[in-house]
Amino acid sequence: MATDRNLLKDDNREGRIFADRLVVTLVIFAVMLGLLVIRYYHLQIVDHAIYATRSDQNRLQTQPLPPRRGLIRDRAGRLIAENEPSFVLAIVAERTGGLDAVIERLQQIIDLSDDDVEAFQLRRPSTRPYAPVPLKFRISEEERARIAVNSHELPGVEIEAQLIRFYPLADLFAHAVGYVGRINERELQTLPEGPYEGTFHIGKTGIEKYYEASLLGQAGVQTVETDARGRIMRLVDKTPPVPGKDMRLNLDADLQLAAAQALEGQRGAVVAIDPRNGGVLALYSSPSFDPNSFVNGISFKDYGELRDSPDVPLFNRALQGQYPPGSTVKPAIGLAGLHMGLVTPQSKVADPGWYSIPGDDRRYRDWVLRIRGRGHADTVDLHMAIAESCDVYFYDLARNMTVDRMHDFLQNFNLGARTGVDTTNERPGVLPSSEWKLQNRGRPWYPGETLSVGIGQGYMLATPMQLALMTSVLANRGYAYKPSLVAEVDGIVPATERLQLPDIEPSHWQAVIEGMEAVVHERSGTAHAMAKGLKYRVASKTGTAQVIGIAQDEEYDEDEIAERHRNHGLFIAFAPIEAPTIALAVIVENGGGSSAAVPVARAVLDAWLANPGKGVMRNAGLASNG
Amino acid sequence: MAEYLRRMPYSGDAFRRSSTVWSLLKLDPWLLGGLLVLTGFGLTVLNSAVDGSNAAIQRQAIYLGIGFGGMLVAAQIPVYRYARLAPWMYLIGILALIAVLFVGVGAKGAQRWLSLGGFRFQPSEIMKLAVPLTVAWYLAKRSLPPNPKYVGATLFLMGLPAVLIFFQPDLGTAILVSVSGFFVLFLAGLSWRYITTALAVVLASIWPLWSFVMKDYQKQRVLTLLDPESDRLGAGWNIIQSKTAIGSGGWSGKGYMEGTQTLLDFLPESHTDFIIAVLAEEYGLQGVLWLVLLYLFICLRGFWISYNAHSTYGRLVGASITLTFFVYVFVNMGMVAGILPVVGVPLPLVSAGGTSIVTLLAGFGILMAISQDKRQVN
Repeated sequence: MATDRNLLKDDNREGRIFADRLVVTLVIFAVMLGLLVIRYYHLQIVDHAIYATRSDQNRLQTQPLPPRRGLIRDRAGRLIAENEPSFVLAIVAERTGGLDAVIERLQQIIDLSDDDVEAFQLRRPSTRPYAPVPLKFRISEEERARIAVNSHELPGVEIEAQLIRFYPLADLFAHAVGYVGRINERELQTLPEGPYEGTFHIGKTGIEKYYEASLLGQAGVQTVETDARGRIMRLVDKTPPVPGKDMRLNLDADLQLAAAQALEGQRGAVVAIDPRNGGVLALYSSPSFDPNSFVNGISFKDYGELRDSPDVPLFNRALQGQYPPGSTVKPAIGLAGLHMGLVTPQSKVADPGWYSIPGDDRRYRDWVLRIRGRGHADTVDLHMAIAESCDVYFYDLARNMTVDRMHDFLQNFNLGARTGVDTTNERPGVLPSSEWKLQNRGRPWYPGETLSVGIGQGYMLATPMQLALMTSVLANRGYAYKPSLVAEVDGIVPATERLQLPDIEPSHWQAVIEGMEAVVHERSGTAHAMAKGLKYRVASKTGTAQVIGIAQDEEYDEDEIAERHRNHGLFIAFAPIEAPTIALAVIVENGGGSSAAVPVARAVLDAWLANPGKGVMRNAGLASNG
Repeated sequence: MAEYLRRMPYSGDAFRRSSTVWSLLKLDPWLLGGLLVLTGFGLTVLNSAVDGSNAAIQRQAIYLGIGFGGMLVAAQIPVYRYARLAPWMYLIGILALIAVLFVGVGAKGAQRWLSLGGFRFQPSEIMKLAVPLTVAWYLAKRSLPPNPKYVGATLFLMGLPAVLIFFQPDLGTAILVSVSGFFVLFLAGLSWRYITTALAVVLASIWPLWSFVMKDYQKQRVLTLLDPESDRLGAGWNIIQSKTAIGSGGWSGKGYMEGTQTLLDFLPESHTDFIIAVLAEEYGLQGVLWLVLLYLFICLRGFWISYNAHSTYGRLVGASITLTFFVYVFVNMGMVAGILPVVGVPLPLVSAGGTSIVTLLAGFGILMAISQDKRQVN
């Protein structure tokens, strides 16, 4: 066999065949090499830009730097709203490699409620890819440590240091300042994306909402280089955030505390304004609540308790509570009567204790009739009518004035319209007129209804804020400034709007204010009890607002009526009379009468006028909080 | 003729004088030079891929030392001895491959290693050399071009190890082993009729192979290749990242040790199978072209040596080793650039890894032996 093969072997032929095949091989070789070069040329030259971008996107992550929210201080510089460092547990779903497994593991490691997980799942779809989505706020040191130890099992889990809103004075400013809360699903859809990158909270009510744009600040941005596991290796570029603007309020924590203590255990509200500039010195609604519980999402149970409480603590009585102003409107109506020439300071009205319209046998009673069995006196003048709150005098005046003229004049006091105070959810109240009734009730005006409006009852409704503004107008004798909670935004004082009444004879003002002075300072005044130990002179007016209608011949007996059906007690006042620096309105719901509201006003006035420099805050041991 | 062929253009007198030294060492200076430059360049790139880890570079340097040592030894063995040794090497290789199927160790669902007294080796690597050597031994004794009987026997010689390796399973190596055998057959003058028929059969068998033979992970590799974006973080990740690394390198690259894809760990297997992406990212297309030129030089020198070999055996073995080497280059660069499936072939003499370096350099040792074979009587 071997010889056979050797015989058949032809070296030259084999060499030729090999050479031929080598040529073919070299051709294929060249083609393959060409393919490779073309491919690399295509990737590296033709599509270079695409891949360069992709490489940058790979390694460079743009991270938002949330701004520090503006601080809020009271007029004395005490912190009302600040930012506390806090740790937030967040997840980058894209990096977990199995979101459910990671959440499950987290639940074994730390306390993670189903509420948290549910809220996380709701928040997740609306965020951009690779953005950390918060799962739990306010992680404790221990939880942080546990997560750190187990971090190898928790890909995509991040702990971010964040500043979280904190209200050191808790419930004292809840209604005045409002609160921030987590941005919810609905807000996410309407909010502009840029400014809120990295920010999880937004002002929900009050100043926090009204001044959201100023308080928020501007988000910064940083570009960092990360590795394939998302760890930050290097800072590439940074635009620092611009912190939100700090605010100084006109509100005074001392007055807030005085109001809170005076209203303790009662439902009511206080609004105090500095008539010289419209600055709101106190705005308190009782009962209040702790705004801190809303910052990181209140639990359903806690929220349910607040919402369902019969005392409705979430209801801002100072701005949203619309009450019949009762006799507190009498000074303004008296002024209208003088201005229109319907009465003079000397003119008198017979007072049998009741009033009736000619041709109508219904008797409109004076509140004093039940107590004395007769009127205030045989005849009553304006001074006495205000000091003793004589209804008959104002029934008569109202009837002569007619509802529409009364409406037009009281409009000057901003009644029936929002004051425009710089916060949210203010209600306008009702200043009725015949036209108003036709439009809103579809019925004509009845003459008897005019009498009710004359004593601040009937359709008439006002918020404590409106009453405080009205009081400011009285204090300034003809003008006032739009109420403002915020005194300075970042050191700049916002412009104020002036509310101007038509020119009114100074003697008319004098007559009305003297009547208001008599309320406290004359023995017969309805709030004379307040005069005891008073270090300043105050002009005021009491008011009582009926909660339930009383039939013609029915007696109103405080003791027999359920607490919820008792009259509201109101009180307006400004002081000192010669140069007023404070004008306030107080309402105590179901207080029975104005006597419930007077001590509240006294406490706030004293805090402002009698203890200058010696804050109640310090006495109450709360200074450390501010 | 021999004297004329041995001379290279521009070789000059100095080269001729020193040629006696090279003859003594039985080395080809051009091939050796090319290999040294290539491995030196490879070490530099590897240094970046492992981010300056001394241990990894030292290990690679040691492998290279062993490899060049092995090459020197292999170069001393006369070519005819390879012809005699080849069948025994082949037999041992086959036995080892069978043993791997039963007592082999491995990772990721594949048994590829044999463990002998603490020393692990991959029998399939032996076959990369044993198959072309054995096929060449078989064919060189026969009259060429091969008749159908010889072709059948050759196919069996190639097919047996390929099938054994395929069942490890290691599709990539199985294909490369049979390809190296096929090159010998092709260079020996396999009839074009057979080649076209075989191509037709291969094309026709794609569907049954896909449906009944290929394992899921193999299918996945192909699917991922066809549409890498379909599974960005899973199977497609490697390809997307390697293409990104290559593409972002541009013409001049990001600079040595500046490749962000590599340094930030986006590029997987950056020191082994995907090392070309590191080079492409840091040196740009320039670097890629230099590397391609180096490979081109080595391959052309290999073909030149084979063309000038004094025996059919030498020609077949030399050209087959050279072509196989080039196929590794092509498959690796192609897979990393996303035009071939990811089959786990390292970039020859650049990727980290001992077995591959030693085998490849041993192969070049055989080429050197062929280059110095001239004085031997055929």
